[in-house]
Amino acid sequence: MLTILDDVSLQIVAGETVAIVGASGAGKSTLLALLAGLDEPSAGGVWLEGTELSALDEDGRAAARARHVGFVFQSFHLVPSLTALENVMLPLELAGRRDARAGARAVLEQVGLGPRLGHYPRQLSGGEQQRVAIARAFVTRPSVLFADEPTGNLDTATGGRIIELLFNLNAANGTTLVLVTHDRAIATRCDRIIEMDAGRLVSGR
Amino acid sequence: MKALRFALLALSRDWRSGELAVLLAALLVAVTALTGVGFFTDRIGQAVDQRAAEVLAADLRLRSAEPIPESYEALAAEQGIETARIISFPSVVFFGADSALTAIRAVGPGYPLRGRLKIADAPFAPARETDELPGRGEVWLDSRLLARLGASIGEKVNIGASAFTVTRVLDYRPDQGSAFVDLAPSLLIPLADLPATELLGPGSRASYRLLFAGTPAQIRDFRDELGERKSKAERLESVDEESPQIQASTKRAGRFLNLSAIITVLLAAVAVAMAARRYTRRHLDNVALMKCMGAPQRFVLQVTVIELALVALVAALVGSLLGYLAQELLTRLVGDLVTVGLPPPTLAPALMGGATALAILVGFALPPLLQLKRVPPARVLRRNLEPPPLRYSVSYGLAVAALLGVLYWLVRDVRLVGYLAAGIAATLAVLYGAGFLLVSLAGRMRGAVGVAWRYGVANLARRGRESVVQVVAFGLGLMVLLLLAVVRNDLLKDWRASLPADTPNFFMINIPVAESTEFVQFVEGRGLPTPQLFPMIRARMIAINGRPIDEVVAGNDRAQGFAEREQNLSWAEQPQLDNKIVAGRWWEEADRGTAYVSVATEYQEDLGLALGDRLAFDVAGETVEAEILSFREVEWDTFRPNFFLVFSPGTLDGLAGTWLTSVKLDVEQRKMLAELVRRFPSVSVFDIDAILAQVREVIDRASIAVQYVFLFTIAAGITVLLAAIQSTRDERRYESAMLRTLGARRRVVLAGVAAEFTALGMLSGVLAAIGATLAGWLLAREVFDLEYTIDPWVWVIGLVAGAVIVGGAGTLAARSVVNHPPISTLRES
Repeated sequence: MLTILDDVSLQIVAGETVAIVGASGAGKSTLLALLAGLDEPSAGGVWLEGTELSALDEDGRAAARARHVGFVFQSFHLVPSLTALENVMLPLELAGRRDARAGARAVLEQVGLGPRLGHYPRQLSGGEQQRVAIARAFVTRPSVLFADEPTGNLDTATGGRIIELLFNLNAANGTTLVLVTHDRAIATRCDRIIEMDAGRLVSGR
Repeated sequence: MKALRFALLALSRDWRSGELAVLLAALLVAVTALTGVGFFTDRIGQAVDQRAAEVLAADLRLRSAEPIPESYEALAAEQGIETARIISFPSVVFFGADSALTAIRAVGPGYPLRGRLKIADAPFAPARETDELPGRGEVWLDSRLLARLGASIGEKVNIGASAFTVTRVLDYRPDQGSAFVDLAPSLLIPLADLPATELLGPGSRASYRLLFAGTPAQIRDFRDELGERKSKAERLESVDEESPQIQASTKRAGRFLNLSAIITVLLAAVAVAMAARRYTRRHLDNVALMKCMGAPQRFVLQVTVIELALVALVAALVGSLLGYLAQELLTRLVGDLVTVGLPPPTLAPALMGGATALAILVGFALPPLLQLKRVPPARVLRRNLEPPPLRYSVSYGLAVAALLGVLYWLVRDVRLVGYLAAGIAATLAVLYGAGFLLVSLAGRMRGAVGVAWRYGVANLARRGRESVVQVVAFGLGLMVLLLLAVVRNDLLKDWRASLPADTPNFFMINIPVAESTEFVQFVEGRGLPTPQLFPMIRARMIAINGRPIDEVVAGNDRAQGFAEREQNLSWAEQPQLDNKIVAGRWWEEADRGTAYVSVATEYQEDLGLALGDRLAFDVAGETVEAEILSFREVEWDTFRPNFFLVFSPGTLDGLAGTWLTSVKLDVEQRKMLAELVRRFPSVSVFDIDAILAQVREVIDRASIAVQYVFLFTIAAGITVLLAAIQSTRDERRYESAMLRTLGARRRVVLAGVAAEFTALGMLSGVLAAIGATLAGWLLAREVFDLEYTIDPWVWVIGLVAGAVIVGGAGTLAARSVVNHPPISTLRES
């Protein structure tokens, strides 16, 4: 068996913004996956909003994600067959919300995409796609937002605007933010920086 | 509820984005083809049934030795069923000083309910169909009777106390039969004239028949109802008990048509499976995302299943509609060829289409789609995470169960389903094995060929399992096309050849032993080939294993029929060529002196006989008993003289018998019949041209149907090819973009793709030829009872068609992929 994370102990409090930094293969994404309940640890436990995620089965973790968590990914992960509006409606529809359309429209306008609601991902630029993804992450008003290299696929200028938007929305909603990045400049905007190396936390506990 | 709403949303979005197009198209072609075939074969089948019903002149017939109560007619009328009455009995007809024994048939209005009478203006002259019946005081005599009496049209003959004017020559009655039950020549008079003849008194040997005709459903219900009401002395007869020849050829026709339908289902299933695999692959990311947003597994499963059900529903409805239209177009196109108006189709094929769509989806699309439920949500962070592979028992078990279910439903013949399943399984195994062989060989071949081939063949090897699946799919599709295009022709040719142009059309029976030499000389003297004479002795069965026959057959209508009927016994040194011993053995030299009998399988089944049983017969007061040494399957539709009961040589010696022969006479040669009848007055001549024509028509009609059904099947085959190409489209697009980015010219990339598909196609073609030959041989031997000769063209066509169709279609379909600008492809991924 391969040990990817070893002896990791970490607590993040509500409303905190935390950056996880480290070289490729340091275990940043794996830690993020565990924290978000996308994966389960082979040993140890993970608690989210007082619930022990590692004690739940996959559906239990899915329910916890639905209640508390939003995601922003490096490669945006928009559904190519859905329009911008439909992509943002998706988490609301999954939660069975009747007001999906109105809610999604409001958040898209907030991120400045009001005129592009009916566009498909392939018709949008990289920055626009990530803005749709951010709108999708915030539309359910999650208590925790996990962002995995949100600017990794964008040029510096666009990346800067996206980070600005992310932090502004985060501040406005009082969301806890866990951000994986290799960009020091972005990391310094967070309350705390956690540095990883070879599966261990080396600083920022 | 939430799942339903979400599934509807997902369906409409998938539809709009074209994600569902391939799956739906594959399914739509399947249902369209299947229902098209279904509607068409349903109509053809009905037409064939109707034609077969002519043998009874009705759909159902009630027979009794006592007058039939009128209440049955009232009952039939209530249910909208047509009826007609016949009374027949033997009597003598007088013309001046001449007289002849005849079977008098007094027929009521409406007769015949199925089929048409044929009449002529002179004995043995060409006949025409008519809807008329003899009027009051009129009689129609058959040619033999007119020839024997020396009477002609317009003259009066006496029947009992009445005189009748001969107005027509009776050439053909639909119910004249072929089993030589009615030995005497017959004549037709109106039923209303019967009392005046004063022939029908108490104790006269009359046979009363009541004919019924209606829709199949009406007749089914009525048959059950009548079955309960009728007295023991009354017997119900339906088509399958009459004319074994017609029965045999309609059975074969049905099998040909079903074969085409089955193949369509199979191809459709393959196409759907491939489309579903692609759909699943393209949805892995979306489902991971949905799970990441908190969708539970159950929800994903529900949405998948509901979406699938909705697709099935749409495909079933639209497909059935298209199938109906296709069938409508088809019957219009073949309108000139199908001479008799086809009955309207029933709803059954649409139901079948829907059920089949569902079965194919559950069997072939559900297993790969079930994987969506198990996509790990962490795939959103690491794209290489895949759902755990399906267990083979789930993926193949469901498919096999669905396929067998559909096959059985279509065929209702366990043996045929068995052979088909075995053939398919063997073919898949061979194709799969050969696919692996190719993949492992590809690495070595690579160095020896040009860059395009190296790239193409390397691709085959690299795709490994994918390539094997494609070889299997192409191989199966091609095999089916070969089976239909080449083997079908061979089968049809063999079937037609089973009824060659020189098939005898006249039977002559009651040739006295004393006159046999003279008879043969007479026939030879008219320039005809020497006729082969068969002994024939009339007898009644009296006991089986010592138990009186009445006791044995009590309560079994069909057995009763066999027992009551007079039997024609024969004997032979060697079995007839068209007879196949299915149990026991034929007699040898050492058996001489022991009384043995060989029994036809129809007899065996109806009387429940076993080898070693002893059958006793009464031949003109003498008892003959023999042990059953073998059971024979007789091909009745060859029209050679055949007997249910054939005895070992010597067993029937010394019993009063006659000879029987069959000859082929063309229109010109028929003129000698009048002379023959006068010269050998005891000989009865039977014209079986009509029944022969009936069987030929069944064959021709079924052939037409098969040819057109073939078109649907080809459509399904092409869908498989397209689905197979489509399934690797995304990957190809990405690869082509990569290669072009690395500097490969468009032509090189395209040549590589062409090489890959051509290699795939050639291999599939050879394998398909093996499969088609094996399947054709098996089908011919075991299902259609035909001799099959291997056709070398199957191999040539297989190889060439494989290379051209698969190579061509693959390259053509991949062209747009190669033409796609590499930058946009790389950006999208």
